[in-house]
Amino acid sequence: MEMILAVDHAKCTGCRLCEQVCSVKHTGANSPSRSRIHIIKWPLEGFELPMLCQQCEEAPCIAVCPKDALSRDTMLGRVALDYDLCIGCKMCVMACPFGGMGIDSESRQVIKCDLCDGDPTCVRFCDPGALQFVPASSVNLRKKRDAGLRLSEVMRRSFATRR
Amino acid sequence: MALNRKIAYVDLATREIRTAPIPVEMRKLYLGGRGLDAYLLYNHLQADIEALGPANVLTVSAGLLTGTLASASARTHIGAKSPLTGVIGSSNMGGFFGPELRFAGFDHLVVKGKAAGPAYLWIHDGEIEIREADHLWGQDIPTTQELIWEELRDPEVKVLCIGVAGENLVRFANVMTGLKDAAGRTGMGAVMGSKNLKAIAVRGTMDLEIRFPERALEYNSRLIEQIGSTKFAQTMQKWGTMFIYGATNTTGLIRTRNFQLNQQVGGNIECEHIEEYSVGTAGCYGCIIHCRHKYLIKDGPFAGTYAEGPEYTSQGAFGTEVGCNNFETILIGNHLVNKYGLDTLETGSMIAWAMELYEKGILTDKDTDGLRLEWGNDEAVLEMVTRIAQRKGLGDILAEGPLRAAKRIGQDSLKYCIQVKGMSNLHSDERATPSLALGIATSTRGSDHLRSRPAIDLYHLPEPLLRKIYGGPKPYDGPLSSDYTSYVGKARMVQWQEMMYEAIDSTGICKYHTIFLSPNLIAFDELAQLIYYNTGLEFTPEEIWDIADRAYTLERLFNIREGRTRADDWLVDRYFDEPTPVGLPVVRGKCLDRVKFKQMLDEYYELHGWDEDGVPRPETLQRLGLDGEPSHKL
Repeated sequence: MEMILAVDHAKCTGCRLCEQVCSVKHTGANSPSRSRIHIIKWPLEGFELPMLCQQCEEAPCIAVCPKDALSRDTMLGRVALDYDLCIGCKMCVMACPFGGMGIDSESRQVIKCDLCDGDPTCVRFCDPGALQFVPASSVNLRKKRDAGLRLSEVMRRSFATRR
Repeated sequence: MALNRKIAYVDLATREIRTAPIPVEMRKLYLGGRGLDAYLLYNHLQADIEALGPANVLTVSAGLLTGTLASASARTHIGAKSPLTGVIGSSNMGGFFGPELRFAGFDHLVVKGKAAGPAYLWIHDGEIEIREADHLWGQDIPTTQELIWEELRDPEVKVLCIGVAGENLVRFANVMTGLKDAAGRTGMGAVMGSKNLKAIAVRGTMDLEIRFPERALEYNSRLIEQIGSTKFAQTMQKWGTMFIYGATNTTGLIRTRNFQLNQQVGGNIECEHIEEYSVGTAGCYGCIIHCRHKYLIKDGPFAGTYAEGPEYTSQGAFGTEVGCNNFETILIGNHLVNKYGLDTLETGSMIAWAMELYEKGILTDKDTDGLRLEWGNDEAVLEMVTRIAQRKGLGDILAEGPLRAAKRIGQDSLKYCIQVKGMSNLHSDERATPSLALGIATSTRGSDHLRSRPAIDLYHLPEPLLRKIYGGPKPYDGPLSSDYTSYVGKARMVQWQEMMYEAIDSTGICKYHTIFLSPNLIAFDELAQLIYYNTGLEFTPEEIWDIADRAYTLERLFNIREGRTRADDWLVDRYFDEPTPVGLPVVRGKCLDRVKFKQMLDEYYELHGWDEDGVPRPETLQRLGLDGEPSHKL
């Protein structure tokens, strides 16, 4: 069953704990610039949006990689990066429309979200539940339920007044 | 690693900048943050200097665990000699500045002298520049940050700045980052203003190495589960600190109409009202409690304004204290103080005091330029906020803080002012709660609830549980009482909380994660573990207590050097002479007893190893290694 790291920005409180645990997990240091996930913020408007590799099906990074270091890992539902093949040309960094490919300032290698091999650390630590690791097949159903809940409140209210 | 961050000394007058490593020995003595701040202030300041003159020193500090895997490790500490009180100035803030300061390579900044013109510091990956800030002078808190992001072309820069209140040397101007995070108390914004220092901008990409990453991750995960499972955290996640109002107002523990009542009858400012305005909640760095609401003001001249908060404090400042009963006034007041860079608590308390003086005829329409400072006059209250920030009319007098303003107003105005050491109280009424009263009387930075308040005393916890908490880590076998109106064992509770808060402020973790408003949160044991996993430094809980004791005693020595005595650890007469008029039977008709309060104070000094005048005994100084201070090691 393919799993997806789903982002619900409305639940994000902008605390950046995901960035913190991602970088510690992957590098042993807290260094937001080396984190695979970033909370993009508009602090004066109170809006925050978690951004990370979308694990695209038709991934531009895979398409541009001259050494086939990037490939689709259907088992884990991710775009996998093989460091043995990677030559560090950074074409993938240029091609990704979301900034999902980054460069590690220490190792000089390209970095991306690897879904922590199937147990994303960021998801484990995201207390408000803005990041969830869910079966791909149920992503839209979950959204429908959330939206339906809001809708149902309105509908129930109007139903009550009509009666 | 987390221990390789540096200290920077910046002289704004000579533009000399020097950096130095922080010896591990100093970490073992003071951790960092507030603790090391106390050392820096004691060592870099002389007694009797003018707090708003160039001889004052401003310290900006990250805690030892700021930015590490210690839940809510967001805090930054700011210090200086306070222009409000004349004693130690010390204020702690959340947000994202502290972690970024560490990512930029620094833990402590010591800013000296006065810049020739408006200036700001730009700190990035080990570099520090002094830049001119003419274009920022006169700007409010949000605009200042926006202009710096534009100028540096990086919206990820974290900015700590002052608003017009700090520029105008309002003695309780705060220092802010973001829309709401404030080092609110003791007038640190005025010190920045006096140095022509408008802002400090930081950006860093340097690793903050975690000593044992896997174990730190695991331990933090467990702590988050523990913290998140408490009723306290769950309530805070929903309402923020405003939830406190329901309990304290119902009981009768809230200052209303300055100090005339202890309950707002027919209150209409409960936390639930935020639901009508909230667009979500937000957290500080790494924090799961996210206690602030993001809100939009709906009506009036501020319709459509986005702001964050408000806290319990603002419910007092723009609600109970000034007799206002309108939730939107609290939202607007909160927005205004955060825009101007004013301490919400002091602002509200000063206005409430002025209103009582107006009622008594000590202030007249002539003094207020026709503004009717009557209880519940929302518009007058909000107008006074602006006048204080801009130092207009009566605002110019109130901007001087309790002691100086009372001198200018004259008559017997000071006796109506609810302050200790020249700083106003929170809108809590401590007449029925001796432990809370002792806390505000003895706090080193002047009247304050965040320095030693044993808030869980209000919960009537069973004695065995109190024993479990307050009986260690340094043994205590004296009495403890579950009765919050009692004087028994309260000195120990205050001392214990002092040590806890000093330790937590030195690590850079938020107090809401410690035993403050819930008995089920972290304390010395957990701190020892967090410090070990994140930095590798090994301390026993007892050793952390000793470190806190050392720093707290040094704050005390700072105040003694400024001429403060036992007489300054006392409350205004109203606490002893005016019984509470309303509230539940347990608090109604209560006032403090001078004799018992004096005994409690004696007991408190004794626990600390201070003599009857509150001066640390030579053997105490020796035990804490303070007998050679100032030692000028940093």
